[in-house]
Amino acid sequence: MSFVTVENLFQSYGRRPILERVNLTAHEGEFVSIVGASGCGKSTFLRLLLDQERPTRGEITVDGQPLRGEPDRSRGIVFQRYSVFPHLTVRDNIVAAEGLSRPLGRLFGSVKRAARARAEAALERIGLAHVAEQYPAALSGGMQQRLAIAQALAAKPRILLLDEPFGALDPGTREQMHGFLQDLRAETRMTVFMVTHDLPEAFKLGDRVIVFDKTRWDPHDPAAYGATITYDFDARNGGIPYQLQEDQDDLERDEDHPVASPGRPADA
Amino acid sequence: MRLINRRAGPVSRVTLAALPFVLVGLAYASASAARLAENPQDRVLPSPATLLETAIRLMTEEDRRSGEILFWGDTLSSLTLLFSGVGIAAVIGLCVGLAIGLVPLVRTSLQGFVAVLSMIPPLAVLPILFISLGVGDASKIALIAIGITPFLIRDLAARTMELPQEQLVKAQTLGASTLSIALSVALPQIMPRLLSALRLSLGPAWLFLIAAEAVASDSGLGYRIFLVRRFLAMDVILTYVAWITFLAFAIDWLLAQASRRLYPWAEVRT
Repeated sequence: MSFVTVENLFQSYGRRPILERVNLTAHEGEFVSIVGASGCGKSTFLRLLLDQERPTRGEITVDGQPLRGEPDRSRGIVFQRYSVFPHLTVRDNIVAAEGLSRPLGRLFGSVKRAARARAEAALERIGLAHVAEQYPAALSGGMQQRLAIAQALAAKPRILLLDEPFGALDPGTREQMHGFLQDLRAETRMTVFMVTHDLPEAFKLGDRVIVFDKTRWDPHDPAAYGATITYDFDARNGGIPYQLQEDQDDLERDEDHPVASPGRPADA
Repeated sequence: MRLINRRAGPVSRVTLAALPFVLVGLAYASASAARLAENPQDRVLPSPATLLETAIRLMTEEDRRSGEILFWGDTLSSLTLLFSGVGIAAVIGLCVGLAIGLVPLVRTSLQGFVAVLSMIPPLAVLPILFISLGVGDASKIALIAIGITPFLIRDLAARTMELPQEQLVKAQTLGASTLSIALSVALPQIMPRLLSALRLSLGPAWLFLIAAEAVASDSGLGYRIFLVRRFLAMDVILTYVAWITFLAFAIDWLLAQASRRLYPWAEVRT
């Protein structure tokens, strides 16, 4: 059953098309990596999923419901930068995930103490307990991103959106963060969409890697056409694309029924 | 070594910082001595010794008529007006600036209006204030507030709009309403900006205060300066000017300290 459905999505800024005819369905619990060249609409697509902006045409539904026009608690986000609140300590950043949904944006009394205890436990698990009293600016890039992910997860979203979350980290830290993210995902089984520039990362973490690219290209006016999903790889099976998988299935079927048509699927 | 790479050592740092003060002091002392040598009755440039004497007299001696020490009464009166005006401006500036910076509908409606308001020369409004509010404290507080509020609004609105969009989106994904974003995300982050904007607007605030006191008042630092001007009492004027400068400097320093203490996270931000 499809959880997130993207139907015939178009997005343009003014007269400049960014995305054209994007169609996608994702199952609940699936990890979709999004790759593509710079400026081909990956982040735009993520913003549309987040409902931070509205598409020019087309519709996105989550669990059968269309998006409502603004971000909410069902979809968490981690940006490359500025994801945590600089004026809150590390612990209060986690507490804010519960407090911000209250009328005054903060918790009081026993509720606050309980939230602080939960935040403490969360920090313990992600290895940031020793810096709970510090401000994010005093943390390394990797620690800040770990905090950002933990903060997003503390709101218990059904979908987690990651916009190049590890783009600014060094390779060693990146490796650690992959492990961290895989552990968290194994625990929560939530649906993840991750934009990345790093192909190995996309294939390592994703169940599926989708590629955004322009199918039409005007050399005199590179901005004339928008991008769409050009490839959809299954990354679970050692990275063999759906298409090849289907070809293989066809071949196997052909062997079973030698009279069947040898024609390739039209969308290959 | 290039000039741009040279830094002062611990001793020369103090020397260099003190140098302009010492030079001005020396220039004054020598000019004063020259004038007094020509005419011992000269009142325009009193000698440093006379200034000190006057300062001590002003700060300790009671007024013969009222039995109060006018110097402290003036200080209290001026600071009360200053803090009232600046306080009102700070509250209005914070609320309106935050609303303009955070809420697009408010921004559309008020941004142009505030931009026009801020172009009105506050001193030109002073007669209106005197006519409508009388010549008491209310009109002076109003002048200070009117004088610096537009600047505070525009500065705080700009600072609010500078908050990374990512943070506002993040707060929404954590379920925050507009009110809780304003109170828990934007407000705490522009508080240090408010303090630095206040530091910048203290200069104009003093200007409006002294101008208002000079025109119509019966106490206050500015009033006293303009009163004794008639007697050419340069020693009193200079003492008051030095005292006002000291007060302004002290308030500025206190605000800087408060910002550092209250918002330590704002200092480490890169």
